[in-house]
Amino acid sequence: MSELQKTDNGEQAIALSNKPVDRHGANLDYHDAGNVVNPEHIAHHIVSPVMYLAIFGVLMIGTLATVGFAYLPLGPFNAAVAIAIACTKAVFVVLFFMHVKYSSRLVKLTVVSGFFTFLVLVIMSMSDYISRAWGQW
Amino acid sequence: MSTIVSLPDQSTATLPKRSYLNAEHGLLSWLLTGDHKRIAMLYLVSITFFFFLGGFFAGMIRLELLTPVGDLMAADTYNKMFTMHGIVMVFLFLVPSVPATLGNFLIPIMIGAKDLAFPKINLLSWYLYMIGGTFVLASLVLGGVDTGWTFTTPLSTHYLNTHVITTATAIFIAGFSSIFTGLNFIVTIHRMRAPGMTWFRLPLFVWSNYAASIMMVLGTPVLAIAITLVALERTIGIGVFDPAKGGDPLLFQHLFWFYSHPAVYIMILPGFGVISEVISTFSRKRVFGYTAVAFSSVAIALFGFFVWAHHMFIMGVSNYSALVFSLLTMLVAVPSAIKIFNWSFTLQKGSITFETPMLYAFGFIGLFTIGGLTGVFLGSLGMDIHLTETYFIVAHFHFVMVGGMLMAFLSGVHFWWPKMTGRMYPESISKLAAVTTFIGFILTFFPQFVVGYLGMPRRYHAYPAEFQVLNVLSTAGATVLGVGYLLPLLYLGWSLKYGAIAGNNPWQATGLEWQIQSPPLTENFLETPVVEWEAYDYEWLAKKQQAELSHV
Amino acid sequence: MSVSSTFSEITHPPAPEIHASHDVHDHPFYQRHHFETAEQQREAAGFGMWLFLLTEIMFFGGLFMAYLLYRNWYYDAFVAASNSISVPMGLTNTIVLITSSLTMAMGVWAAEVKNKKLLQIFLLATVVLGFAFLGIKTGEYYDKFAEHHVPGASFSIADFVNPPAGSKEKPLPMDMAKKTEVYFSLYFAMTGVHALHMIIGIAILIVLLWKSNSGVYTSGYVQPIENFGLYWHFVDIVWIFLFPFLYLINRH
Repeated sequence: MSELQKTDNGEQAIALSNKPVDRHGANLDYHDAGNVVNPEHIAHHIVSPVMYLAIFGVLMIGTLATVGFAYLPLGPFNAAVAIAIACTKAVFVVLFFMHVKYSSRLVKLTVVSGFFTFLVLVIMSMSDYISRAWGQW
Repeated sequence: MSTIVSLPDQSTATLPKRSYLNAEHGLLSWLLTGDHKRIAMLYLVSITFFFFLGGFFAGMIRLELLTPVGDLMAADTYNKMFTMHGIVMVFLFLVPSVPATLGNFLIPIMIGAKDLAFPKINLLSWYLYMIGGTFVLASLVLGGVDTGWTFTTPLSTHYLNTHVITTATAIFIAGFSSIFTGLNFIVTIHRMRAPGMTWFRLPLFVWSNYAASIMMVLGTPVLAIAITLVALERTIGIGVFDPAKGGDPLLFQHLFWFYSHPAVYIMILPGFGVISEVISTFSRKRVFGYTAVAFSSVAIALFGFFVWAHHMFIMGVSNYSALVFSLLTMLVAVPSAIKIFNWSFTLQKGSITFETPMLYAFGFIGLFTIGGLTGVFLGSLGMDIHLTETYFIVAHFHFVMVGGMLMAFLSGVHFWWPKMTGRMYPESISKLAAVTTFIGFILTFFPQFVVGYLGMPRRYHAYPAEFQVLNVLSTAGATVLGVGYLLPLLYLGWSLKYGAIAGNNPWQATGLEWQIQSPPLTENFLETPVVEWEAYDYEWLAKKQQAELSHV
Repeated sequence: MSVSSTFSEITHPPAPEIHASHDVHDHPFYQRHHFETAEQQREAAGFGMWLFLLTEIMFFGGLFMAYLLYRNWYYDAFVAASNSISVPMGLTNTIVLITSSLTMAMGVWAAEVKNKKLLQIFLLATVVLGFAFLGIKTGEYYDKFAEHHVPGASFSIADFVNPPAGSKEKPLPMDMAKKTEVYFSLYFAMTGVHALHMIIGIAILIVLLWKSNSGVYTSGYVQPIENFGLYWHFVDIVWIFLFPFLYLINRH
């Protein structure tokens, strides 16, 4: 569809890309799975077993590290380290085992919005618990 | 701007030979269907049943409150009445009302798809709804539940011997039904749009259902876990909310309202969508500020997750946090007001006609505005402390939920009835019903603002004699309201067989659903439509009609 | 007929043709009628699964919220109670579950490269590892029952007020010791809900394993395997957080 396209007004418009557009210039291709320009699509990608094994290695190291750090007396940093390691592991699982790295922006946005809403729940609720004692001295 | 109205002559219209209604026959073909339109009809029948069940409880409540003393029923029976009223109306009527019936029927057609993305999950969602409803009926038969629809802990976990677990199971299951409906809508709207159907060509009904679906998917599971913990606390005695064991009852409130406040928007947003369609159609104008209306739905969905603690101002939340939640609550008024203003501007200089759906829509705008504004009163900290747990609250949320949502639902049912069934209802009696509903509603709930402001608390079966006049008014209004709701049931049922044939586009509306036959074919479209016009383009419609005439 | 034909003439302008390029194509056997392409179906299903996982995030999110609150309120009780559960068992279970995630991921790969035998091997391995996890979990639950650490009528705080001889734990004051019940409430709620997800997962896995016999998943129809993989990995992620949160609060 990269040739000239006639519009209703008889004007000639050059289609800038090779995707079909209507006379308002809107993309007609939203349901076309082959179209990678559309943020809701992406070409399918097969992750190789070597990659899976590498990620598995990372997760194992993370697991052992969590246990190791738990026995070190780091005070408040114990919790911070544990959460940091757990989050890193989760990110690896999400990106590679769950293929989000190779997924469309729509799926990436979906994942992010899930964690965002969870943070809203935690932060807004904790704002109540943390500030309850304020001003009561 | 607005195109002159020439409603089609329906005397020549005929029913199509083949439609989704007669594609297959027999009860099983309905119970095992994957067709979104048939599932919508299943939902319509079942939520109508639960609506009248909930209405029955409301009637009993109003009867009891006719006199100041508790003479009709005992106090705990009264508690069960308002609890069952709340649970049935919220979880089995309001939440699924517009999305599961009208949304199910229309969203695939409006975006030019053959069906929802997951037809089997759609059917599953109806079955889950019915199982949830059965559990509610079971708890009713077993003797009812009296926690209030809010399941307040530790009342629900420690002090009541009624059927809390049965009801909790019901809500858990019905919640999954709602999640699956929302999930189906989101995927369908993202992935199944016809060529050319860009986001900003979607009818606003689709936008508002999309926003509501996001809230269903993100909010409902939090209610599910909260209610699961309540059930576990009752059965095996874990101590997450139990103050005797160190738990915090307010945590339950946080989790419960994290869902149940967004749930209010889940209930009202699809109603906004209906009103946008109806207002535009009957003033023959594109909705003023389409983009603003579309984004205000999304904004409401987003803000909805930040305001829940305004239900807890008197429960001992931190003053500072309450201040923040109060301010954020005010913010919700902004997108709501955008909608009201834009509907008003849509009406301006439109060629307005007063068909039944439009009458309901006018009712909606008036009543929702009052309901919304009193919500701002309640959102402000000082007022809320005075008004919480009074009839002012009751009046406020009934103005939004009944005056708003139910009006929108009835408006939508009347608007799309010709499309769903292929037949018209009698015009004059339906207008009478719309007016009756409006008058009955005002009479029922306006006195409650006054009586609440004077200090009458909610959820008691007896009250001081000085409040009787207003309560009698309210009960009288409820009677009128009941008539207003029964009328549509009768004449819509009558129209199924005897109504005039509607034709494809009796209102001259622009949506894709009006360009196909009524009732539609099982596959909706013979071939995938390519959308080349903006939403609410009445000039395009006029040209199309012209072309069709010259073609014939 | 007249209606639809006029409609299609209006919506399909005669020239230039703006038909989407794939009006004519052959449909794979698994493509449902209301999807235009198999790819569209695949992406819709994947997106739907992710939306379902969103609800799972929020479902567990409520529990994590409760955990966060009470851990801060009753830190000493949480430490003492956490130290009463077995790290070796928790660690083993973590390794088992991560390994099962690997086998599941490999299963998805096997389905994508259309190798039926490998797919079945990996699915079976995942089932076995899932059962192993549940077995170890049952052992842990049994220990808790024996120690009267299950919340409810038989709950006893004796171990925390008077730690058994040889324990490195300091005795807790009475009111704080009582709060260990909150910890165990959350412990059983969180691991219980997690285990329930495992049980549902294993049941689905067995169905997939049985249906994979026909070769249906290794002839291009990867979607069910892929979506189940998402679910399984999600359950794994929940455990990745549960392990340090419940087992490793303050070990010494």
